[in-house]
Amino acid sequence: MKNIIRVGAVAAVSALALAACASAPEDEGTSSADATTGAAPAETVDFKACMVSDSGGFDDKSFNQSGYEGLTRAESELGIEIASAESTTDADFAPNIEAQVAAGCDLIITVGFLLSQATVDAALANPDVSFAIIDDLADNDYDGTTDAENIKPITFDTDEASFLAGYAAAGASASGTLSTFGGMNIPSVTIFMDGFLAGANYYNETMGGDVKVLGWDGTDGQFTGDFSDQSKGQNVTDEFLSQGADVVMPVAGPVGLGAAAAVQSAGNAWLIGVDSDWTVTTDYADIVLTSVLKNIGNSVFDTIAATVESGFSAEPYLGTLENEGVGVADFAEGVVPEDVLAELDTIKAGIIDGSISVDVS
Amino acid sequence: MSEQGQSTTEPDAEVAAPQESRSRQVLREIAESSSMVVFMAIVASMIIGGLLIIFADEAVRESAGYFFSRPGDTFSAIGDALGSAYSAMFNGAVLNLQAESFAGMIKPFTQTLTMATPLIFAGLGLGLGFRAGLFNIGAQGQILIGATVGGYIGFAWDLPWGLHLLLAVLGCALGGALWGFIPGVLKAKRGAHEVIVTIMLNYIALYLVAWLLSLEAFQREGSDNPISPIVAETAQYPKILGVQFNLHLGFVLALACAWGVWWLMERSTLGFRLRAVGANPSAARTAGMSIGAATILTMVIAGALAGLAGSAPVLGTQKFLTDAVAGSLGFDAITVALLGRSRPLGIVLAAILFGGLQASGPSLQVNAGLPVDIVVVIQALIVLFIAAPPLVRAIFRLPSPAHEKEVAA
Repeated sequence: MKNIIRVGAVAAVSALALAACASAPEDEGTSSADATTGAAPAETVDFKACMVSDSGGFDDKSFNQSGYEGLTRAESELGIEIASAESTTDADFAPNIEAQVAAGCDLIITVGFLLSQATVDAALANPDVSFAIIDDLADNDYDGTTDAENIKPITFDTDEASFLAGYAAAGASASGTLSTFGGMNIPSVTIFMDGFLAGANYYNETMGGDVKVLGWDGTDGQFTGDFSDQSKGQNVTDEFLSQGADVVMPVAGPVGLGAAAAVQSAGNAWLIGVDSDWTVTTDYADIVLTSVLKNIGNSVFDTIAATVESGFSAEPYLGTLENEGVGVADFAEGVVPEDVLAELDTIKAGIIDGSISVDVS
Repeated sequence: MSEQGQSTTEPDAEVAAPQESRSRQVLREIAESSSMVVFMAIVASMIIGGLLIIFADEAVRESAGYFFSRPGDTFSAIGDALGSAYSAMFNGAVLNLQAESFAGMIKPFTQTLTMATPLIFAGLGLGLGFRAGLFNIGAQGQILIGATVGGYIGFAWDLPWGLHLLLAVLGCALGGALWGFIPGVLKAKRGAHEVIVTIMLNYIALYLVAWLLSLEAFQREGSDNPISPIVAETAQYPKILGVQFNLHLGFVLALACAWGVWWLMERSTLGFRLRAVGANPSAARTAGMSIGAATILTMVIAGALAGLAGSAPVLGTQKFLTDAVAGSLGFDAITVALLGRSRPLGIVLAAILFGGLQASGPSLQVNAGLPVDIVVVIQALIVLFIAAPPLVRAIFRLPSPAHEKEVAA
C-alpha cells in the first residue's frame, strides 16, 4: 500500500515539475501584481459594469448565462471593468447588490424578477448608481411605472417569437399533436407557451388544420416544478410522446436537456429550443426543429454600450420581433412544408404591424 | 470555537448500554465530538480552502507554468491570491477597513450577525433533537412552513404595532411546530423513522408553498409572479442598530432562545428526561419515562425553533415570501448544530462563524473575483471533517475519545 502511494506521489511530482518547465514570459517588465488584475484590454475605459445572478447561477444555460455573456462581451469589446456575483439563495440578493455598490460599480444589472425588490431598494438608496433588471419591470407596487428613476427594465415579448415557432411546428407535425411544458407557472415562462399555443391555433384557423397542443391551455398546464431536474423533463417528454406528440418545446432551462434526451431516444420527434439557438448551445443539433431566441446577451451589451457612450437612460427596453430582441432560429431542413415557411414572413410582418394578435384567443 | 467545560462530562453519557443501536451511537459520537476536533476541522478546511483559492487563481496557474525559470512569480501570485481572498473575507465579514465612516466599518460584522440569526434558531432546534436522539433532517420544511404562516399573518392581517409582530412571530413558531409534530407523532405512535419522514416532509412543504404562491391570496395585486406582498411594517422586526444596518430584533430573540434552550436542557427536569431518552432509551423507559411523549415534545420544540428561523428572512431581511425563502438554511443548520456540538453556546458561535462565511460571499466575489463556490466548499469541508472525527484525529494525531474522556474525568 505504502509503495503504491510513493510511486503515485513521485509520478504526480514529476508531472507537476514537467508542467512547470515552460520558460518565463520575457517582456513582462512590471511586477506580477499586474497579472492578478486579469487580462485587461489595452485601452481601458473608466466604467465598471456589474451583474448579480439569481440562484440559478451564471452557468444555468438560460437567462443568467445569456446575461453574463453580454457582460463579458462588453468587457472585451468596450474595454470596461466588470464584476459579477452569483446568488446561492434569495438571502444573497441584497448583500450582493450592496457589495457591488460599495465596489464602485457604475451600472448594476440584476437578472430575474426575484431580484426586483432588492434592486428597487438598492436603487432608491443609491440614486447616483444606475441599475438595469432583466425580465422584470421593477414595478413592485404595480402602478404601471418603474419604482425608481435609475432602473432600466429589460423585458421581452417572447410570445411574438414562439407564435412563429408554434405556427411552423403545427405545419411540420405529422401526428397533429404538439406539446410544451414549463419549469414553473410564472409569467416569464408561460409567455413562451402562450405564443406557442396561439401560433398553433392560428395555423388551425388559417390553414384549416386540427393540431392539438398538449401541456398548456392558456391558463394551466404541465410544469416540472423546478429548473434543475433533467430527469423530470425526460419523464414529461416520454409521456407527451406516448400520447402522440411529435414536437416538444421545453421552457425550463436545463430541464429541457432531459426533454432533448427523450426526443433523441424516441427518434421520430422534434425539439424546439428556447432562449438560445440549441443547434449551437447543446449537443442535440440534429433533432432541433428551431429555437425561440431571446437575445438577452445583446440587450445587456447594448445597454452597457449605450450607457458608456451617451450616459444612462432609464427608458425601458422591450425585445420584440421588430427590434430583433426576440426571434426564431433557422428551421431544420426539409421538415416544415414550403408553403408554411413562405407564410411565416407575412405573419411576422403582421405581428409587427399589429394586424395579427399573439394572445391566446 | 472556545472551550466549553460542560460538554465532555455528560452525566448519563457513560451509561452506553450494549443494546444501544449503532446509528444512535454514531450520532452521539458526532454530536459530542470534542472542541479540539471541531477546532482542527475548521483549521483543516481553511487550509484546503486556501489551496483551492490558490488553484482557482488565474495568475497562479499562469505563473506556475514557468515555475522553474522564475519561481518568485508563482510565490508572489500565491501571496496575492491568498491575501486578496482573506482580506476580502475579513472586510466582508468582520470589519471593513476601507470604509470612510465608523458605521461603514462595523457594517460587515452586523451583517454577519444578521446572517447568523436564522442559523441560531434552526441550529438550536436541531441540536435539541440530536441530544434527545432524534436525527431531524426536516428543519428546511419546518422553516418554510413557519415562514409561510408568519408571513401570511404579516401581509394579510391588519393589526396594531406590537401585537402584529407578536402574532406573526408566534405564527412562525406554530407553523414550524406543526411540521415537527407530524414526524414526532409518527415516530412515537408508529415507529416511522424520523429521517425518512422529515426528508419527505421537506418536499411536501416546498411544493405546498409553491402551490400556495400560485394562488391569488398569496400574490401581489396585479402580478402573477410567485412572490407574496411585502409584510406590513407593523409585523416587521424593528432594526435594532438604526436603519443603515440590517441587524434586526430577531437576533436578540435568537439569543434569548439560546438561553432558553440551555435552561431547558441543563436546569429543568424536562430537559433531563429528554437527555436521558437520547442517551439511553431503554434505561429511560425502565426508569419510568415515556419515550413517545419525549419524542413528540422534542420534535415540537425543535420544529417551533426552526419555524422561528423562518421569521428571520420573512419578517426581518427579505420581508416577503417566496418558495426559496428558506434557501439552504435547514441544511446549513445541521452543520451549525454539529459544529456547535448541540450545545446552545456552541451553536451561537458556530452560527456566527457560518454567518460570517456567508456574509463574506459577496465581498469575495466582487472584490477578490473568486467564485461563490469556494465559500460553499469551505463550509462543506467543515462538515466533512466534523462528521469524520477519526479522520481529523488521524491527521492531527489527537488522542482517541475514550482516552480523552479519562483525561476529562
